[in-house]
Amino acid sequence: MRPEAATARFRPGDSVRVRDAYPPGHIRTPYYCRGHVGVVERLCGAFANPEELAYNRPGLPAQPLYRVRFKATELWPDYREDPADVVEIELYQHWLEEVP
Amino acid sequence: MGGLPAGPVGRDEHAYDQWEQRVDALMMLLSHKDRQLLRVDELRRNIESLGADAYDRMGYYERWMHAIVQTLIQRGVISIDELGRTMAGKGGDDAA
Repeated sequence: MRPEAATARFRPGDSVRVRDAYPPGHIRTPYYCRGHVGVVERLCGAFANPEELAYNRPGLPAQPLYRVRFKATELWPDYREDPADVVEIELYQHWLEEVP
Repeated sequence: MGGLPAGPVGRDEHAYDQWEQRVDALMMLLSHKDRQLLRVDELRRNIESLGADAYDRMGYYERWMHAIVQTLIQRGVISIDELGRTMAGKGGDDAA
């Protein structure tokens, strides 16, 4: 991982909650997963924060990016397809909170 | 967009107009690593700040064109006056 990267706080298998926040600008966290709980599937590396890049700023330290798996029924309570269906979303660490 | 309800997705291929191809080329040239006059993230921010009404009304490459222009103004690459004159057909190098 790059030396200017923030330390990775989560590991595969950890439960995380997506922050329920609505800042302006270019945010790569889909609305439909905000406030919901998923499980870290893998760490994808660390990348300059696109929210800062969107204003032509460096976006450092680089933020760890995780693949997070959500149950479809967690994201959409009225989901009527296979209850085993999951959705995987790549989310930056600063959008994730520990679930005790 | 962003998981919001929308109509069916059109899956048929269609030809691009010449101006659309030029907008695509402009984006590639501006974001090239040797120039870096525009970042993809800036393009997206400027598209996403259009507002739902304008977003729905504009075509795909119209949104790109809007975002390219906004980014170049924000970066100081072009001036408002320069843009205004070019749009009036009196300043662009290919004005006819």
